[in-house]
Amino acid sequence: MKILYFAWLRERLNRASDDVTPPAEVRTLNDLITWLRANDEALDLAMANPKQFKLSKNARIVPWETEITDADTIAILPPMTGG
Amino acid sequence: MIIISNAPFDPGALLTEFQNNHPEAGAAVTFTGMVRSTPERPITALILECYPDLAQNEIAAIRTAAIARFNLIDAAILHRYGRLVPGEPIMQVMTLAPHRQAAFDGAQYLMDYLKTDAPFWKQEETETGTEWVEAKTADDTARDRWR
Repeated sequence: MKILYFAWLRERLNRASDDVTPPAEVRTLNDLITWLRANDEALDLAMANPKQFKLSKNARIVPWETEITDADTIAILPPMTGG
Repeated sequence: MIIISNAPFDPGALLTEFQNNHPEAGAAVTFTGMVRSTPERPITALILECYPDLAQNEIAAIRTAAIARFNLIDAAILHRYGRLVPGEPIMQVMTLAPHRQAAFDGAQYLMDYLKTDAPFWKQEETETGTEWVEAKTADDTARDRWR
């Protein structure tokens, strides 16, 4: 599973992406974020206020309850400032 | 028309192209967002980061919703990314409708959603370094009035 990071989150982690293989019990985006944070202190700190982030699955923004598979590309999106 | 690009654009030329061949339209509204530098907060550039695939999908969804909600004849969005200097246009929203209210409302709706739901992130470059622009609660409030 590919994880993409953007903007200040990317800078704080010092990388734009990760390839991860979560355990079988990780079924939703909520589970994934919990698992990623438990395994990465920098990400855990950066996501201390988790609900400010939107998540996308295969280039569509989806709710945190969305189910995921190993073939998905997930992005963690800090609050957007376009326009 | 949806364009996500790092290339400069000509706001007037874009509008002319958009307005062509729509004899049924009685109103066109254009909003152009520009890079701003002020004496209080002088910047040398604005750097926009983007997730292009997601931007394309999300902007298409916002555009479709705006056309349906306000019965627009057409709507177009151009958004740039990369390094832009003060005075340069960042983005442009254009709407075409039979009458002015729908054209104005459609353009505001598009802008309000683009501010908070399109995956772009601004970084201000100054003489001393770069700083990420923080999202504003006021932008969320502006979007939420359409719900």
